[in-house]
Amino acid sequence: MLTTILKRLLGAIPNLIGVVVVTFLLTRALPGDPAAFFAGGAGTAEAVEEIRKKLGLDKSLPEQFIVYVRDLARGDWGMSHATGQPVLTELTTRLPASLELTLAALLLAVIIAIPLGILAATRPGSWVDHLCRGIATAGVSLPTFFTGLLLAYIFYFLLGWAPAPLGRLDPYLSAPPLVTGFYLIDSLIARDFPVFVGALKQLILPTITLALFVLAPLARMTRASMLGVLSADFIRTARASGLAPRTVLFSYAFRNALLPVMTTLGMVFSFLLGSNVLVEKVFAWPGIGSFAIEALVASDYAPVQGFVLSMALLYVLLNLSIDIAYGFVDPRMKIEN
Amino acid sequence: MSALLEIDKLSLEFRTRSGIVRALENVSLQLPEGGSLGLVGESGSGKSVLSFAVLGIQDAAATITGGTIRFAGTDLLADGGSAMKTMRGRELAMIFQNPRVALNPIRQVGRQIEDVLLRHTALRGAAARARAIECLADVRIPDPERRYSAYPFELSGGMCQRVMIAIALACKPRLLIADEPTTGLDVTTQAAIMRLIRDLGREKGMATLLITHDLGLARDFCDKLAVMHAGHIVEVGPTETLFRTPAHPYTAQLVRATPVGQERLENLASIPGNLPDLRRGDLPPCRFSERCELRSPACATPLPNLVVSPGHLVGCHHPQARSSP
Ligand SMILES: Nc1ncnc2c1ncn2[C@@H]1O[C@H](COP(=O)(O)OP(=O)(O)OP(=O)(O)O)[C@@H](O)[C@H]1O
Ligand SMILES: [Mg+2]
Repeated sequence: MLTTILKRLLGAIPNLIGVVVVTFLLTRALPGDPAAFFAGGAGTAEAVEEIRKKLGLDKSLPEQFIVYVRDLARGDWGMSHATGQPVLTELTTRLPASLELTLAALLLAVIIAIPLGILAATRPGSWVDHLCRGIATAGVSLPTFFTGLLLAYIFYFLLGWAPAPLGRLDPYLSAPPLVTGFYLIDSLIARDFPVFVGALKQLILPTITLALFVLAPLARMTRASMLGVLSADFIRTARASGLAPRTVLFSYAFRNALLPVMTTLGMVFSFLLGSNVLVEKVFAWPGIGSFAIEALVASDYAPVQGFVLSMALLYVLLNLSIDIAYGFVDPRMKIEN
Repeated sequence: MSALLEIDKLSLEFRTRSGIVRALENVSLQLPEGGSLGLVGESGSGKSVLSFAVLGIQDAAATITGGTIRFAGTDLLADGGSAMKTMRGRELAMIFQNPRVALNPIRQVGRQIEDVLLRHTALRGAAARARAIECLADVRIPDPERRYSAYPFELSGGMCQRVMIAIALACKPRLLIADEPTTGLDVTTQAAIMRLIRDLGREKGMATLLITHDLGLARDFCDKLAVMHAGHIVEVGPTETLFRTPAHPYTAQLVRATPVGQERLENLASIPGNLPDLRRGDLPPCRFSERCELRSPACATPLPNLVVSPGHLVGCHHPQARSSP
């Protein structure tokens, strides 16, 4: 098992190299001149030239690439010229923020979508089924920034139940000592309950916003997959042998329906991680999506490259964990084979 | 002999979007304790629907519109089939065709047997596991301890069917319904599986309802035959009587189309016409009449139920007199 995982990780290296090359080339092909951007509107030609030299942009492309790869190998992901921070530092603080939000949203969505999908599949045509379909349609047709704004407007502005949508933590509280980067977990480790509650409060609205978005594909996939499995021959065998309806539904049907649901989950997860920029904007969430967009607008190469590379690494890990999880659910999918 | 399974004038229909499918009409059958009955008829005649109705596992779209099913004196349809809930899998069991897909693909086969034991017996833990292994040994699976933890995809079709038989027989049922148990298996495996079902049936005094396309198989295996056509049982009788002196024109054609060898029904396109569309509102009383050479105006009147000889019944206005085999 361990060796297989290792092999898989090694197998991902060519992909990662590809990502490094492509992002490097893509950022260079982007319109916009970072030197001009940083020199500002009033920058003279000499100033721009000087900045260009400082950034190493006066060198030829292959030279730039070699420098970039050499730095990467040393663990130097470059500097963000917009924030003046090393890219790696930015990523390690912002990635956990995005991850915490995404995972919370996924968890919430799973808790709601899976029972909903199962109920809808076992009672086709019932109100649960219609609810499931309604949610699926709503989730697809409501853009996240709109639900986000709407929730913030209702629960913060009108009702005052939620805290101001201003990031991960109330400004009066200080972040817990960094262990995982997840405030909820780190505050518990530090036994700092006010911070835990504060972080939780900040998390609720953006989590609901994202979860609403994820609910649709998950519930729909659970329903479809369950419907397919429930009409399978082996379910009839299980019923014919008199197994309890609960056993038939969970041990037999649901476990078999799980694979497509897991695939959807993985897809949604990777999609959310990089693309919840709008939600991050609405809730001033210091996540990785907004960071990448800002860097992109500023033609700030290093953060963009760092962002893409860290995403690629995450996808590799994500796919690997999904494959391992497949093996647990379905013996035919054991990654040994 | 008292009847173990007694189906009386059972009618069942499917309410579908494209109309009502009258899948079973006035179906009556008796199966004595320890007996073996073959249910034959071409594809779509309602054999599976009938057996699912007996077990109470019919499709949600199905409604039983009349008749009764009694098992060992208990009315299985009373109280919305509540009696069946405790008997299914214990007193009555069923095996299906295509054993590979009829087993849970991601559960160890031993566990699947154990699930049934846990549900119907007081066995728990290691005892249940030991009994499950015994069940595997009972169906002559070599090396049952190791096979306990095999998954269906690791076993051959014949092995899977043995596992299914083990699941069905785990609680020593009094009735086994075998719905084309050998379809999809090669000829040698077919013979082995049928021998196994027969031997185990005799050992345990179990009644068997064998559903098959294969008249030759039914002849070898069953003491009684019921011939089904478009949701009707057209003829019932002792196997040899039916083969020698079929009274219903449909049976006669089936028998004529079955050489002594192991020919299968679907290979013999010798019966003209098709089953009528069961959604039609104007189905004639005799659903075979439109394909029948002996059809007369009388066929538009309600079907008689003639006793040709003791135990040999036919639903036809023109039963064939002692025709030669
Ligand atoms: N869920 C359903 N909805 C509508 N009609 C159905 C349904 N299930 C079965 N039927 C119809 O009932 C009739 C009998 O089907 P059944 O499966 O019992 O045939 P069979 O004799 O078992 O055929 P085979 O030998 O191919 O297994 C067919 O006309 C079929 O179309
Ligand atoms: Mg069938």
